[in-house]
Amino acid sequence: MNDETDSKLEEINNELSEVKADEPSDQYLTFFMGDEEFGVDILAVQEIRGWEPITPIPNAPRQVLGFTNLRGTVAPIIDLRLSFGVNESSYEGSTVVIILSVKTEREPKIMGIVVDAVSDVYNFSQSHIQPSPELAQTKQAQYVKGLGSTDEKMVILLELTEQLIADSEVVADHRQVSGNNAP
Amino acid sequence: MSVDLSQFHQVFFEESYEGLDVMESALLNIDLSNIDEETINEIFRAAHSIKGGSGTFGFMEIAGFTHVVETLLDLIRSDQFVMEPDHVDLFLRSVDCIRTMINQLESGETCDMEIADELKVAFELLLDGDQISGVSSDADVSNGGAQEENIGAKGWQIYFKPELDILRTGNDPVRMFRELSELGELSTSAVTDEIPPISSIDPEACYMAWNLTLLGGATEEQVNEVFEWVVDDSELTITPLLSGEERGEDEPEAVKVKESAATEMSKSALEPVKETVVEEPSELQISTATAAKKTMVNTPTVKKEAKTESASIRVGTDKIDDLINMVGELVITQSMLSELGKDFAIENMPKLMEGLEQLGMHTRELQENVMRIRMLPISFAFSRFPRLVHDMSKNLNKKVELVLLGETTELDKTVMERIGDPLVHLVRNSLDHGLELPEKRLELGKNETGKITLNAFHQGGNIIIQIIDDGAGLNKERILSKAIENGLVTGNEHLTDEQINDLIFLPGFSTAESVTDISGRGVGMDVVRRNIQELNGSVEVESTEGEGSIFTIRLPLTLAILDGQLINVGEQVYIFPLVSIVESIQSHDQMIHRVSGGCDVLRLRNEYIPIIRLWEVFNVKPEYETVEDGLLVIVEGDNIKVAVLVDDLLAQQQVVIKSIRENYRTVNGVSGATILGDGTVSLILDISGLIKLAGVGRDSYKKINESNDNEAA
Repeated sequence: MNDETDSKLEEINNELSEVKADEPSDQYLTFFMGDEEFGVDILAVQEIRGWEPITPIPNAPRQVLGFTNLRGTVAPIIDLRLSFGVNESSYEGSTVVIILSVKTEREPKIMGIVVDAVSDVYNFSQSHIQPSPELAQTKQAQYVKGLGSTDEKMVILLELTEQLIADSEVVADHRQVSGNNAP
Repeated sequence: MSVDLSQFHQVFFEESYEGLDVMESALLNIDLSNIDEETINEIFRAAHSIKGGSGTFGFMEIAGFTHVVETLLDLIRSDQFVMEPDHVDLFLRSVDCIRTMINQLESGETCDMEIADELKVAFELLLDGDQISGVSSDADVSNGGAQEENIGAKGWQIYFKPELDILRTGNDPVRMFRELSELGELSTSAVTDEIPPISSIDPEACYMAWNLTLLGGATEEQVNEVFEWVVDDSELTITPLLSGEERGEDEPEAVKVKESAATEMSKSALEPVKETVVEEPSELQISTATAAKKTMVNTPTVKKEAKTESASIRVGTDKIDDLINMVGELVITQSMLSELGKDFAIENMPKLMEGLEQLGMHTRELQENVMRIRMLPISFAFSRFPRLVHDMSKNLNKKVELVLLGETTELDKTVMERIGDPLVHLVRNSLDHGLELPEKRLELGKNETGKITLNAFHQGGNIIIQIIDDGAGLNKERILSKAIENGLVTGNEHLTDEQINDLIFLPGFSTAESVTDISGRGVGMDVVRRNIQELNGSVEVESTEGEGSIFTIRLPLTLAILDGQLINVGEQVYIFPLVSIVESIQSHDQMIHRVSGGCDVLRLRNEYIPIIRLWEVFNVKPEYETVEDGLLVIVEGDNIKVAVLVDDLLAQQQVVIKSIRENYRTVNGVSGATILGDGTVSLILDISGLIKLAGVGRDSYKKINESNDNEAA
């Protein structure tokens, strides 16, 4: 990773820590996958990290890349680009992992999602969020909470669920991707 | 002043369970021919605390029932009632009953009073039968004092002047008066003489005194009880209001006798409070240990309720002090290191090394001590057995002496909770199948009383628990014929004694000729073995026919750490639990047999072992794809041996187990994960899961061995 991304990460992480967990927020962290910009509720975001080696999970769905060590906690890392079928996934310098706390019926689960690049933090008040149009009944549609629009662009707002780790019938074959560990 | 009492409920429940345990073990220790006063006092005090607590918290069902129990105990204490074996049983049943009631309250249900009422009647019969005039059965609290009799006083005149601080200590006179008013008709008048001028009033102090008149049949004991917690610091005079002349002259005397007894009682009732306070720091107690006990055989309405898992643990203050000390040192080391780092020069290298060494040492110590917090003496698991053996031997008409050894051996709380059921099963088994009936034993020239020994000790990072009986031992012929009958073995093999004994741990095996209440209900030794294996432990049996058998359970000290063998397949590092590994071999051509259906087997010393290629099952790229190039690790899980093909064996080390379910979900063939020294995550393999994943079921395993036997034959 180069210095530029490092300082950017630090900046965003600082911003994250300023957000108070108890006040309702209209703030969204946005990131790029392919050409599209997506956003997640900033309160669900724990931190943003660079790409680090991971341990593949046997017979896991393709988008589940493996486990990483999150300061002593074992957390799965999911390539969101694969879940959304956005583009060819590559793992390079700017590839980042957003660590999210995903709500479940019981305790929230900590998992990381891999995206192309982190963009910014936006404010979308409820009035600026439009319900998502009748999307095709794809798997991805279930994660879309709405569309947030600012003056110049539109962001797809996501509400990620536990379903992320279960999706897909395609089982990863680590035999070909032996370099899965290396960026 | 109103306090939300419900926040103390959990504490009350836990203390009551402890009290019940005390009662139970004391009851079992009573030597009826020579009753030890202290034992009776101990039981009485425990019952009294439960009654007091339940009264305070408004659990009138329990208070009412415990009161009857306490009354009889009080009579025994003052030698007015002779205790007989039947009564011990009655008390034991009451203990069970109270335990069930508390259990129900804890899970938010209403108390099932059926058994309580039944027992209450039994107690009342005893009380009435042995009623000595002048000694009254106390009025039943829950009945509001409906059944008072022969009481000298028609009421009490009470003068109560609390100390100034009474409100600060959490005692509210109003609550006491409310309690009094439940004993009878209460009239109060406040004495306000001592209230200072308003300018010098401390709003938190209590300047008042009260004159109370209580009409009705309450005993002095009951009245004393209300003031029990404040009597030491308050001015309290209780004088009886005599009920006219008709009772005659001996009346005051009776009251006097009772009075002294009552004061004595209140003294002794106060004692336990102090005692517990002193004892607590030195002992650790858990509520779930008692919770586990609730599933005992004779407990009526056994419910597998979803116990609150966030059970508390009592930790001795000395252990906590140790931790604080250690953290203190850690902080010092840390500040020293950061000081060094601020302005680092290469001359300071030795200092840095020293600092890092200290840091390492402190971290290790801290880890060990944190682990120690979870360690409890095994007596928590053993304590249920005296009762169990007592009840069972009675049912079976056997005479049994239970010997507990090594009760102070410590092991992890979680292991302790989960070893309870297998232990119960093994002890029951020894009692039911192992020990002979007294007549038979005499015939065989043995002592009429059988002996079961529970022994626990540490051995090289493991805890060993043995269940030893001097009964008949395992009948090898019967086991073998039964195993052949059930198709577990063919009868062609030549089995060693150990192998035959080991058969009893196979699923679907029971030699019990009849299904008794105690064993032979289909849940057999296989479940015991499986439960113990889930804890990464093992169980074995040694037996000499006619002399008894020894079951040996070997368990890791803690579930949080596992002895692991690191192996690699390609770039991936996996971990086998060391206990499951039988051996590792480098195979050669002649040892491998290809069986139609795709499953290869390894022929090893006349045994055929299915081969699992880990890279194939886990879809990873290995260095060696063929069996000949790699290494075979022979592991055992679910009583099946399999040979797992891996690239290489790496180090053996202790690993800290991390849950993968917490943030992910279960993965077949993987029981957990750990973090290796370099910070990477490594998966811990689950042998029985792996066997299922590879599709090497028991059937195919058996088939392989059979077909090869036939070939050999």
